[in-house]
Amino acid sequence: MLTLKQSRRLNTLVVGLFAWAIALLLFFPIFWMLLTSLKTEIDAFATPPQLIFTPTLENYLQIQDRSGYFKYAWNSVTISFGATALGMLIAIPAAYSMAFYETKRTKGTLLWMLSTKMLPPVGVLVPIYLLAKQFGMLDSRAVLIIIYTLINLPILVWMIYTYFKDIPRDILEAARMDGATLMQEMVRVLLPISKGGLASTMLLSLILCWNEAFWSLNLTSSNAAPLTALIASYSSPEGLFWAKLSAVSTLACAPILIFGWISQKQLVRGLSFGAVK
Amino acid sequence: MADLKVHNLKKSFDGNDIIKGIDLDIRDREFVVFVGPSGCGKSTLLRLIAGLEEVSSGRIELDGRDITDVSPAKRDLAMVFQTYALYPHMTVRKNMSFALDLAGADKQEVARKIEAAARTLELEPLLERKPRQLSGGQRQRVAIGRAIVRNPKVFLFDEPLSNLDAALRVQMRLELSRLHQELQATMIYVTHDQVEAMTLADKVVVLNGGRIEQVGSPMELYHNPANLFVAGFLGTPKMGFLKGRASRVEASGCEVELDAGCRLFLPVSGTTLNAGDPVTLGIRPEHLNRGSEGNCQLTVKADVSERLGSDTYCHVVTGNGEQLTMRIRGDFTPRYGESLSLTLEAAHCHLFDSNGVAVGQSLQLAA
Repeated sequence: MLTLKQSRRLNTLVVGLFAWAIALLLFFPIFWMLLTSLKTEIDAFATPPQLIFTPTLENYLQIQDRSGYFKYAWNSVTISFGATALGMLIAIPAAYSMAFYETKRTKGTLLWMLSTKMLPPVGVLVPIYLLAKQFGMLDSRAVLIIIYTLINLPILVWMIYTYFKDIPRDILEAARMDGATLMQEMVRVLLPISKGGLASTMLLSLILCWNEAFWSLNLTSSNAAPLTALIASYSSPEGLFWAKLSAVSTLACAPILIFGWISQKQLVRGLSFGAVK
Repeated sequence: MADLKVHNLKKSFDGNDIIKGIDLDIRDREFVVFVGPSGCGKSTLLRLIAGLEEVSSGRIELDGRDITDVSPAKRDLAMVFQTYALYPHMTVRKNMSFALDLAGADKQEVARKIEAAARTLELEPLLERKPRQLSGGQRQRVAIGRAIVRNPKVFLFDEPLSNLDAALRVQMRLELSRLHQELQATMIYVTHDQVEAMTLADKVVVLNGGRIEQVGSPMELYHNPANLFVAGFLGTPKMGFLKGRASRVEASGCEVELDAGCRLFLPVSGTTLNAGDPVTLGIRPEHLNRGSEGNCQLTVKADVSERLGSDTYCHVVTGNGEQLTMRIRGDFTPRYGESLSLTLEAAHCHLFDSNGVAVGQSLQLAA
């Protein structure tokens, strides 16, 4: 018979092993991509796959030579940050009114917004393509910023709405009693209190924009193409070059991975309302 | 000066009338307590005065100025919330200076006011702390400090003590009373706790179902409740009620025959009762005596007793099943089920007609 202490320890061990197994499973594709990117094309094609080989950075150099990585990266950065900033600018006031001035239709509006995410993007590809063409916005960063803002808006509003919902009304009413205008109430009280939640929302928006491929492939060609379009360009008619494809994928993922790693703390910190109860 | 007048104030939410026409006159430096059971509209009334809710109809005046449609910030009122509602991201000092900073007050003036308020509330060592580093009582004091520094015309308190534990609540109650004396300010205080109402108020406003049941000083309300609701709401333990019938009505009073089985003459004047009308007799626990001397004797069975040390609250049941509570000396405890005989002091009985309205003016001693 196990004692209580022993069975607890066993439990911890099993749960721990399970967690590690899942983590490794999730990490494996990234690990394999990184490994492949350091091989020569011949090593990359070898069966069975080689675990021991002479690493090379040649693929990375070729990518920079052939395509100019930094142009694509810069497009990704401006589009992601632009769409996130614009999205937050719209989502914060929207969530504010829904969270603090709830009406009978608020819940319905929120659900309707979310339901737009269920629409298959390809279903509206033609009208949006034609609209972009009409306005002369094909292959421009502006069109991607607008599209990304719109497709992420439901998620941003939902997330910010739930964070705002946790903030006691009393605090905002106290600010109002103290003489704050609507703008002061938002900027000096509401936003500082919910900065943790807002930061995670922004981070999510950045990640979603960074990884988006469908619209970037369909609406851009060379000028405004972000990294997702660069990756796709490597699965070309010339045949598949596994090592180069892996290298370009690694380069595309790296910035957002590093960014996520750094801001991890901000993500998990959560909100604390010391002033309430 | 801060005279607050409320005229025929009404408020409804989605077609439900919450406040059903309230007239109230609050004078300068008064400590007014709104008290009533939950859902009676007392907090809504306070929020209407604060401007946090829109008035459906009626008028609110502060020193003769109509403030019904004025924004909360411009009403010159300060409010202390039940949850304290401190700004969690600001230090105590910042919390207290926020309103003054917004108003663009002189920095030195702000600092001076905060020091003064902190001294009054013994918050000086805590000024640089964040709210989450404070205890409940300290947070409450910061919330009060935030109101004080603004030097408002009227202080509004929305159940400010209900989140504190019992001991701290008693202490803060005393501090609030003292603060009122020191500041000589007009204060409106909402509570569901009738002990707070009795101990703090100059004037108690008893609310029920969106209407005012009675307004008066705590002692007026205690000794001359206008109706059954007020009689039953104020006082711990509650007033006991006995059903009966007016058997004889005279100019000098009224004889009541109780269903519980005794007859007594109550010296109530100006009664509108007729002989035979059903009545309810109210008697407070301290006016029920053990023994067989007196003009109305009841034989009752002892139910459970609560011993508090100084006093014992003895719950008893009359022959026809009505419940009464008796306050007796702490050293006597009847056995459960024991038969006791009680007498009622006629001079301290309250009489209510079939609508629950107090009959005549009770001729009793308030001393």
